Order: sequence, then structure tokens, then C-alpha cells
Amino acid sequence: MILGRIKDVNACRLPTGGEIDRRRALSFTFDGRSYTGYQGDTLASALLANGVTLVGRSFKYHRPRGIFSAGPEEPNALVELRRGGRLEPNTRATMAELFHGLEATSQNRWPSLAFDAMELNDLAGRFLVAGFYYKTFMGFPGWHFYEKRIRAAAGMGRGTNEPDPDSYERMSAHCDVLVVGGGPSGLAAALTAGRSGARVILVEETNGLGGRLRSERETLDSAPAMRWVESVRAELESLPEVRILSRTTAFGYYDDNLIGAVERVADHIVAPAPHVPRQRLWHVRAARVVLATGAIERHIAFTNNDRPGVMLAGAARSYVNRFAVRPGRRAVVVANNDDGYRTALDLKAAGVDVIQVVDPRPPGTSDWRARCDAAGVETVDHAAVTKVHGRLAVIGCEVTRLDGSARSHFEPCDLVAVSGGWSPAVHLHTHALGGIEWNDGLAAFVPGMARQAHVSVGAARGIYGLSDCLTDGFKAGTDAAASAGFATGALPDTPTADAPAERPVRAFWSVGTGKRRFVDLQDDVTVDDIALAHREGFVSVEHLKRYTTLGMGTDQGKTSNIIGHALMAEARGEPIPQVGTTRFRPPYTPVAMGTFAGGDRRRHHTPVRRSAMHDWHADHGAVFVEAGHWLRPQYYLAPDEPDGKASMDAAITREVQSVRNAVGLVDVSTLGKIDIQGPDAGELLNRLYANGFKTLAIGKARYGLMLREDGIVHDDGTTTRLAENHYLMTTTTAHAGDVLAQIEWYLQVVWPDLKAHACSVTEQWSAMALAGPKARAVLADAVDDGTDVSDATLPFMGVTAARIADVPVRIFRISFSGELSYEVNAPADWGPRVWGALMASGQPYGIRPYGTEAMGILRIEKGHVTHAELDGRVTLDDAGMGRMASTKKCFVGSGMLNKPAYVNPARPKLVGLVPADGRTRIPAGSILVEDPDAALPMDKLGHVSSSAYLSPTVGHPIALGFVSGGLARKGETVWAVFPLRGLKIQVRVTEPVFVDPEGERLRG
Amino acid sequence: MILITCPHCGPRDQDEFSYAGDATKTRPADPASATAAEWHSYVYLRDNPAGPHLEFWHHIHGCRRFVKVLRDVTTHEVLACGGPDDPLETPR
Repeated sequence: MILGRIKDVNACRLPTGGEIDRRRALSFTFDGRSYTGYQGDTLASALLANGVTLVGRSFKYHRPRGIFSAGPEEPNALVELRRGGRLEPNTRATMAELFHGLEATSQNRWPSLAFDAMELNDLAGRFLVAGFYYKTFMGFPGWHFYEKRIRAAAGMGRGTNEPDPDSYERMSAHCDVLVVGGGPSGLAAALTAGRSGARVILVEETNGLGGRLRSERETLDSAPAMRWVESVRAELESLPEVRILSRTTAFGYYDDNLIGAVERVADHIVAPAPHVPRQRLWHVRAARVVLATGAIERHIAFTNNDRPGVMLAGAARSYVNRFAVRPGRRAVVVANNDDGYRTALDLKAAGVDVIQVVDPRPPGTSDWRARCDAAGVETVDHAAVTKVHGRLAVIGCEVTRLDGSARSHFEPCDLVAVSGGWSPAVHLHTHALGGIEWNDGLAAFVPGMARQAHVSVGAARGIYGLSDCLTDGFKAGTDAAASAGFATGALPDTPTADAPAERPVRAFWSVGTGKRRFVDLQDDVTVDDIALAHREGFVSVEHLKRYTTLGMGTDQGKTSNIIGHALMAEARGEPIPQVGTTRFRPPYTPVAMGTFAGGDRRRHHTPVRRSAMHDWHADHGAVFVEAGHWLRPQYYLAPDEPDGKASMDAAITREVQSVRNAVGLVDVSTLGKIDIQGPDAGELLNRLYANGFKTLAIGKARYGLMLREDGIVHDDGTTTRLAENHYLMTTTTAHAGDVLAQIEWYLQVVWPDLKAHACSVTEQWSAMALAGPKARAVLADAVDDGTDVSDATLPFMGVTAARIADVPVRIFRISFSGELSYEVNAPADWGPRVWGALMASGQPYGIRPYGTEAMGILRIEKGHVTHAELDGRVTLDDAGMGRMASTKKCFVGSGMLNKPAYVNPARPKLVGLVPADGRTRIPAGSILVEDPDAALPMDKLGHVSSSAYLSPTVGHPIALGFVSGGLARKGETVWAVFPLRGLKIQVRVTEPVFVDPEGERLRG
Repeated sequence: MILITCPHCGPRDQDEFSYAGDATKTRPADPASATAAEWHSYVYLRDNPAGPHLEFWHHIHGCRRFVKVLRDVTTHEVLACGGPDDPLETPR
């Protein structure tokens, strides 16, 4: 075919027949050129109808490629669909339903499809064999240098960097029987399962039911088989427990009968309607699964078997029968099974000039052969097509006798329909860890033992006759429903199909000797590559795959794997089952990342947690920072103060000074709060905490440290005894969840005899800390009815109940900042009211809200540790709290405290750090070393864990860190280095407490 | 994704659980007298059997109970589920 002919509109469309709707013409573009197709077309069938046979370039050699199949197995016709944010590369033209306005672009070619400069690779092809890149580019300057260039020359379509404008969603479903595949076997199974009343989900990949029946001229009870399909569809739709999901691919079979499927809700239209997702991800948990996934035709490796115009025989039938498209004018059919005759008859009926059916099998008889003879189709026995001529399109082929009895002869043609037999689509069966067995009679792997609750039916297990498929399906559906507990009736009678006697397939994988006999068309793997892999010792199928890339394309070698493995078996001189096959892995066909992400995008990726006082903070100039899921005020800007580094520093300074000199209020609602009750609650706490809790009096709080069983500090916080058997534990914000899980673990698994219960109450309480020398005065003014909050009544670590602004609150006298401080808890929704009352009472005292930055500086000044210090590598001793560990009891982690590594004097221990020059900031994360200019690798002494860039109280930058030897180095100088930023800072080791080491302020 | 039969909630998706470690290890009953070797074994030593494995799963997005599960780690097949004290036997 010459290129000029593609101007003809639907030049290759048959006048009648097919599933297409000739009243609904659709215009679309391919490489910028406009064409017309019809409703019911795929992009592939519409292109063929317009005479477009060249649609892509191959991966490695940039050879011209056409449309090879009519289904999901397509290795060649990969195109880019749409554009902008919806651009989708590597889409199979055979699966893309045509719609009005579809824009498609060929890929992997430059400057144009017909003239691709990189086709030079094809001429250099004898150098570009398997493993060539690895052998050649490993030397100077290294693979990584060449890789980028090689990948640019090879490669597939381009992705888009624009955001996807569409939405995706996830659905979960449960059913009794899941049927995968809406062909004859699947429909039969769904019908009998559905009639039993079982919940049935039928998943069909294409836009309609019928499977191969849509592409064949089959009859059932003397009527077109599609009428039977219609009647089954109508009955299934009338059954209330049956759901049909079309345009849905079951792409993976996972543990415990979970099937992943993608429903293409809006891929067949320009853009989804408002509020409709583009695709939907289904998780279906089924009691029984019936796999009616059909079979995939394979080809035969002969020279130039990749030229546009070489097509699978079954696909040729699909194009004439389902799409009313003539894929060529003069056809040669080559097949090692009777499908060749069937194809010849269908092509001839569609007006294609069928020149010859070439059959590699020795002479023999079958009904199909007889029909061909009767129709006057010429057949050649014991022969094969050995070479195709033509570059951008087939112009003819050479037919050669396999017994060498005659010279090969040239047949002019523009279509070579090839069938190398069928392989059952065992992909999902093997995802479910089912075994596969080689069947010599079918020359194919068929499903063996199933590991999960599934069964393969029809063509998916090598049963190809229509009547047999229906009988198999009816039975499988009945069995599945019965084993799911449903009463089933008698099996329906199987409609009578035309069942001509067939001759068995003959295994026939490759022929001839040429260099360009392709096994895997998508990855440009040839027969010679397989032989080369064998010569070089890559003889296992797993090595073969990785060395040659056989089956590693987006099609996962659906048409090619078995050919490659069979050729390797030949080379090894072993039977195919001994050589084996590689395992199929999900997904069966590519699934877009957006489908898996579903709704978890942007702000929906993780939830946002806000405290009850959030709006107040926002109204008062708070700049928020993310702390885990929480949004917390980082600092507060004054009205009209522009955000920026200078303003931030000023805001933090005034907030710290306000707490140290007057009073401040901070929102600490994010701290974890766990309510623990029961007669053994005290005993539980005593076992969980490293320090003693037995003696904690009612109405008192105590700071506690919790270890892990391996002796490392897990978390810290205060716990208050509210009543005889009632405690309230607080945890750090970050560990709120796992501390609760740990308590549950000990209560349920380790000490089930303890009578205690624990429950998270984090979200039930708003919490705020009032801190500063004037905190007591503010609190005294704020509480109702003149409740006594004097030092005598409410001493350090004391607790009391009170009312503020008529809200019942708990007041804990505890301090994180090192100042006189009260933590006020109010029922969550009443938090803003209490917060407002405290702010109002504090007005005369100069109260100021403070954020996480000021809170951080205050605690660093005081030497209080947080998760920056307690980072999962630190013991009590390391953190300078070794003396807190009780020696009178056993507690979680106590068994490991004397581990040699923990008592090694060289362990880094908590210290304070100040810049030797009194002004350079010490970034957290810096590494502490003896000599920053020593030769690499140098020993590290420790690291900087927390840093206050400015300490308004001390007057210069300070930091906390861990240094080998700890306070034994007090007064010494070491270096803090930060190689990524080129920083070397000389620092002096100090006590970790910079403010009020005696704690007079907080007890005052 | 495996299906775990919670003794309190019935069969539930793996998504609702978080893995909670080897269930063959028992914390020393008398921590005061346990030797360093016993603690070392409890904290660090884990077998890695190819086959059935006893493990705990925390029904963290459900009833928050710990479930003991006998699972074949080579196939992900869940062979038995029970409470923390239930002795789970291989049904084979």
C-alpha cells in the first residue's frame, strides 16, 4: 500500500456488517491529520478503515510498525492519546474506543513517522543485539553517562508534567461469585451463578459482552451467536443480585480472593462529566472466582514479521467481522492450526482476495480445510511464510516448502495474517499462585492446580469449541454458586453450535534464518537474541528475560513469551515444561498511577487536624506549621506586620520575652491524652514508666519516662492521678497513637490479669498552657468564684478542678517552659471560650499568645528534651535522666539497661552547646567532630539535636546535642560541621540547662 | 491483601490491622529474675521460618484487640486466627 491512498475516507471500510454505527460518524486526528470513523470503532479499527497501517516505531531499532492485534495484547500500536494534562502515552490503539475529537499521536519517532532518523539503528542492528548496551557502555565514562542518551533514543511515549484535571475513585465490593470475562464461557458461568440468587459480579474488559463472539461468524441454535449473548445480557440485567461491570479490567488477583479491577468510566469520551471520575479502582473480595479470560493468539517468527500489514489471524477476523474493516486487499494466511482456514474464509467473505493459506503442518484433513477447498481457497501444506517484503507496508511475502522440495516463491500481498496457535490467558490464575501445566496437544500452558478459590473455564483453560465453552461455563457457574452456599438447579441445555472437526495445532515457533525474525515485537527481541542468550549462558527463562528484555514491555510479552521460551527449550534440547516460564505479575495491563491514588491527592492525601482554638489563632495573626497531621501556630504576627524572616525573629523574641518576663498562653491541645481507669491502673503505670508511680497521690501529677523493651526511651509526659482508680496520661504529640497501642499490647497480651482500661481522650479536651511569672495572677483573676490557686493550695505538680467562664476545667500546675505554669484542660468545644477568658484576664498583665517556635526556644533554654532528643536511639543515661530510673521495681525496658553498649562511657550524652564566638547559629543536624579539617572519613563525636538560633533570655544562639563523653567535656570546644552547607562552627560544651537550673521559677 | 478473622469482628481486610510482631516470643514471666540472655532473646532474636508463622496483628482500625494469626509467609495463606491466649495449630 502506498501512502497516498490514506486520503480516502474509510477506503477500507466494508459496506455492511460489523458492530459499528454508520449513522454516527466520529472525526478524530492522528499525527495532526483528520480522519473519520464510526461509533463502535477502536482507534485501531478506525485507522485501518482509513488505510493507515503505519502507526508507530519500534522501541530499539525504530522499525516501522503497524497494528498487530485487536485486543489488550497489542505490542506495536502504542500511541499518545489526548494532550495537555490528559496526555496519556503508550496507549494501545486496539483498546482505545473512538470518540468524536480524539487526538492521537504516534511516538518514538523523529522527525516524522514515515521518516524516522533513528531508523539508522535498524541498519546498525547487527551491533545492537541483546546485552549490547551493557557490554559496550560499561567502560569510561561509565554506564550512567551513556544511559541517559540511550534512553532518549529508545524509549516510549512522553509523559506530561501538567496536573491531571480528572478525578479517580475507589470502590470496594463483596460478592459470592466474581466472573472475569464476558465472553461465551464467562456469560454462561454468570448466568447459572446468577440464577441461583448468588451475588455475582461480571467484569468485562471491553465495552460490550460477547468476547470472541463479537469477532466471529459463530451461530448458536442456527441463529447468530450474538443473539444468544443479547438474551443472556437481558436476563443478567434482570437479576437483582447480578452486576455487570463493562470497560473494566481485572488486572490483579491478590491474597484471599481479592481482585483488583480498573473501570474506565470516562476513557471513551472527551472528558468526564462533572462529578464523574475518569476511572474507578475496584477491590472485589469474592467467595469464588471464575476466570473466563480467554486465550491470546501468538505469532510465528519469520523474517520481517513485524512489518505493518503482518497481523494476528484472529485480529484480522475481528477487523472484518466486528469493525467491518478490510485490513488488506490481498492476503496470505499462515497458520499452524485450523484458525488459518477460518480466517481465510472470513476474509474471503469480506471481499479480501485470499491468495493462499500456508500451513506448516503436513497434509491432513479437517472440516475447516474441506470448507476452504469448497470455497476455492488455495492451500499449501507443509510450508511457511519465511520472509516479508516491504518496509513501511507489506508488499509481498516468500512462501517456502518446509521439506525443501521446491524453491520459495514470492506472493504479492498487503496482508499477512498469522496464527501460531493460542495461549490460554493464565495471568490471573498465576497471580493467585496457581500452577500451570504444559499441554502438548494444545502446544500451550494451561492452568493447573488452583491455590485460591478460583477456577478457569473455556478458552482460559484450553477449551476452544463454542459448545464446550458454554457447557464448561454453565457448570463452573453452578459449582461456584453451590460452593458459596446457594441452591442451584439443573444445568441448562447447551445451545447447538457449528462445530466443525479440527486438526490439532502443530508447535511451530520460528522459521528461516534471517536476522529480523521478531519474537517480542515491543522489545525488539529476535530469534537470534534468544540464541545469543543461550550461547552466553543465560539459559534459564528468568535470565533470558532480563538479558534480552523478552516480555519486559508494557504488554508483558502476551504474544511472545511462549515463543521465546520454546526457542530456548529447543536450544537447550529440553522439553518446554522443563525450561518453564516466567511468572506473570499484576497488573495484567497497565494501570494509571492516578487510579491507584484515587481521591488521596493534594490536601486529601492526609487529613488535617486543627485544634478547637484554630480560628482564634488565625484571627490573631498566627502563621501555622504542620506538626504531623496537626496545624499549629508557629508564631503570631502583629496586625500589618509583613511575614518574613525579620518579622518572624521579632515575633518569636517578643513571645519568649513575654513568657519569661510576664505571661504567655500556648495551645497544647495536640498533646496525646489517655484516660486510664481500673483498680490496677496504678500498677500498670508503675510497670510502664521507668520512674516510680506507686506513690503518686490523688490530685498530683508526675513527669514520667517510658522505655521500649530494648531499653531505649520511647516517650515522656506527665500523668495525673485524678481519683483512686483514675489517671490521665499525656504523651507527646507524635507518640499519642503508638503509646496507646503499646498500653493495649501490655494489657491484652502481656498482663491480661491487670484490671485496667485505657482510652484516647486527646480529642475530647482542649489544652492550653499559661506560663510566666504573672501566670498565677492571671489564673486567679480568671477562675470563677474565687477558687484558690495559691501556691499552698495548688503547688508545683498539683491538680485542681475549677470553672473558668462557667466552663468546668482541670488545672495542672506543670511546666515545659521552665516558668511558673498552669496547663488548663477544657472540654474540647469549650476550649475557645476558656482561651478567650484567659486572654482577657491576662490583658492587664501583658499576656501574649505564643507558638511552637517560642515554645521550642523556651524548652531548649531550660534543657527539656523532646522527640528531637528522644529519637529512638537514646537511653535514659544518654538524656541525662539515668537517675530517674527506679531501682526498686521492674519496668518495661529495665531488663536491658545494663547492656554493654548502653554503659559504654564513650556513648554520646546530652549537653548544651554555645558558639565559641558567641554569635554563630548552630544548625540542628550538624555533626560534632574533633577537627573539621581531619582526613576523611573522620570519627564523629555526636550531633546537634535542637537549636535555638536566638535565645532572647541568654542573648546568643544555644543548642542541645549529644557528644561522646557528655558533660565530662564541659568547657571543651569541639566543631559542629554541616558539610552540605559548608559550615564549620566552633562550639563550647556546657550544661544543657541555660536558664534557672535550680528550678526556682517554676516552683515560685 | 490478606483477610484476617478477628475473633471479635469477623473476617476483616488487612487494611484495618497493623502488624504487631512475632507471637512465638513470650516476655519473661518474672522480669526480676530473668537473665540478660533471656532478655536478649525476647528483645532481639526472631526465627524466620519459611512456612507457617505465628504472629500478632492489632485490629487498630477496628476493635483494637490483638489477634493471633497463623500465617504461611511463603503463600500469605492465613491458616488460623484467635485471641492472644489461643494455641493455634497448623491444620495440616
